[in-house]
Amino acid sequence: MSIVVYVEQAAGKIKKTSLEAVSYGYALAEKTGEGTVVAVALGTLESSELAAIGEAGAAKVLHISDERLNAGVIQAHTSAVAQAFESIGANTLILAKSSLGDAVAARLAIKLNAGLVSNVVELPRLEGGFVVKRSIYTGKAFADTTITTTKKILAIKKNAVDQKLDGAKAQVESFSVAIPESDFSSKISATERATGEVLLPEADIVVSGGRGMKGPENWGMIEELAKTLGAATGCSKPVSDIGWRPHHEHVGQTGVKVAPTLYIAVGISGAIQHLAGVNSSKCIVVINKDPEAPFFKAADYGIVGDAFEIVPQLTAALKAAQ
Amino acid sequence: MKILVCITHVPDTTSKIQFTANNTKFDSTGVQFIIGPYDDYALARAVELRDQTGGTLTALNVGEAETEPTLRKALAIGADDAIRVNSFPKDSFFVAQQIAHFAKAGGYELILMGRESIDFNGGMVHGMVGELLGMPSFSPVMKLELEGTTVKIAREIEGGKEHLEAQLPLIAGCQEPIAEWKIPNMRGIMSARTKPLVVVEPISQETQAEASSYQLPPAKGSVKLVDKDQVSELIRLLKNEAKVL
Repeated sequence: MSIVVYVEQAAGKIKKTSLEAVSYGYALAEKTGEGTVVAVALGTLESSELAAIGEAGAAKVLHISDERLNAGVIQAHTSAVAQAFESIGANTLILAKSSLGDAVAARLAIKLNAGLVSNVVELPRLEGGFVVKRSIYTGKAFADTTITTTKKILAIKKNAVDQKLDGAKAQVESFSVAIPESDFSSKISATERATGEVLLPEADIVVSGGRGMKGPENWGMIEELAKTLGAATGCSKPVSDIGWRPHHEHVGQTGVKVAPTLYIAVGISGAIQHLAGVNSSKCIVVINKDPEAPFFKAADYGIVGDAFEIVPQLTAALKAAQ
Repeated sequence: MKILVCITHVPDTTSKIQFTANNTKFDSTGVQFIIGPYDDYALARAVELRDQTGGTLTALNVGEAETEPTLRKALAIGADDAIRVNSFPKDSFFVAQQIAHFAKAGGYELILMGRESIDFNGGMVHGMVGELLGMPSFSPVMKLELEGTTVKIAREIEGGKEHLEAQLPLIAGCQEPIAEWKIPNMRGIMSARTKPLVVVEPISQETQAEASSYQLPPAKGSVKLVDKDQVSELIRLLKNEAKVL
């Protein structure tokens, strides 16, 4: 039985989180010992991008090249993926949690009559039912969830599995679908996207600044450190509330939840709402001049001291080591 | 225009999360429950749009009797009436079925809710309701403006936002900065006591993915402090010990 993976693109590039989802599908197929991964990729894509899906673990890629699907038109993506899923006769759909992935997954759950679990953090257990571990209470706990329907959808959280890079060459097929015109009735009039930067929700390393940075004019050192590490930049809620940084950089309970390999917090005290957005990080480094800052309790490594001295030193040392 | 806002009854964001009954139930001892923070944004915007259009605003919650104070708070903030679907919200599918049924029965043209609940964080109910009702659904929505039957929406995407134009009826999962949270005033609190709160029974018991047991993450070891003049030592630890660089 094939496992279908819905693969997202942004500006012609397959999202890294989607490649992780393909690798998750591959690991699931290995675990169940049956079937292969069929990825469904939408919109205009170069062959090198389609090849990357194979390297991540897909045996086959169904490419629906309709250019109207380059943008994240929620209902149209839902119809396209549903048709691909049903034509294969698959039972399991995997996708990466994202602003588009979530929206499409929810509609697909109804359209396909498939039990859906979001924020999945590891491969399902298959003894005594299909049991999926998901993150709940914004990373403060986990729930074992049993999916009782034949068809299943898993929206996986970043870092649920490592991305596979050595997969075989996938067989790429053009696939055409009939998408009702009404799916395009909502018009995307403009898209604003930070360009040339690592996107926060998908980043492997995140450098965040808090009120301890004293003002937006001091963000240069945060950006410099992030650039040196190939990291995305984030911030605490007060910083985005006062407008020092844009809202899409706000990390926390009501902002972006990140799950990087390395999270570096500079001048952030560590309010419980901020911690909720970072507690899925593999390793946390805290730099704060206040030794009593609560963030140190949640950190793996810490430096007590003045960020304005430490951050430039750290950047310089990293550059020297490269 | 008839507006429906769906709210969750969830532990305050500062709550310590614990489980009881052999890790099969949330331990609500000492926990304060609130309107979900994202739902609070949806409610605030819904009140503004109700005032703009001169329509009505209904607040709906799927929950047992203990959630009524939370619904009363929504009435105090500005909803005109409330519906409580009398059941524990068993899973996203179950909740979406209830909302879709009562939204259809009530003929609501605009359905707002938070982008996700802060207990289960699924962020799936709005999309499910949209598909069940054949309406477009958008989330996470950070701006929603009404111009006649045209709705101008800004939806957050990774690293930016997307501007859309859609037509009523539709469903949106909301987040900041769609509106400022509203704090109920004394008049609101007084009038909330007498506003109608209808209790209805769920239309179906069907579920697809219920949680069966819970776990807390393993306790974090203590932080390893590095001297502020030893940043190279930090880099060494990140490379060789944590293996994250």
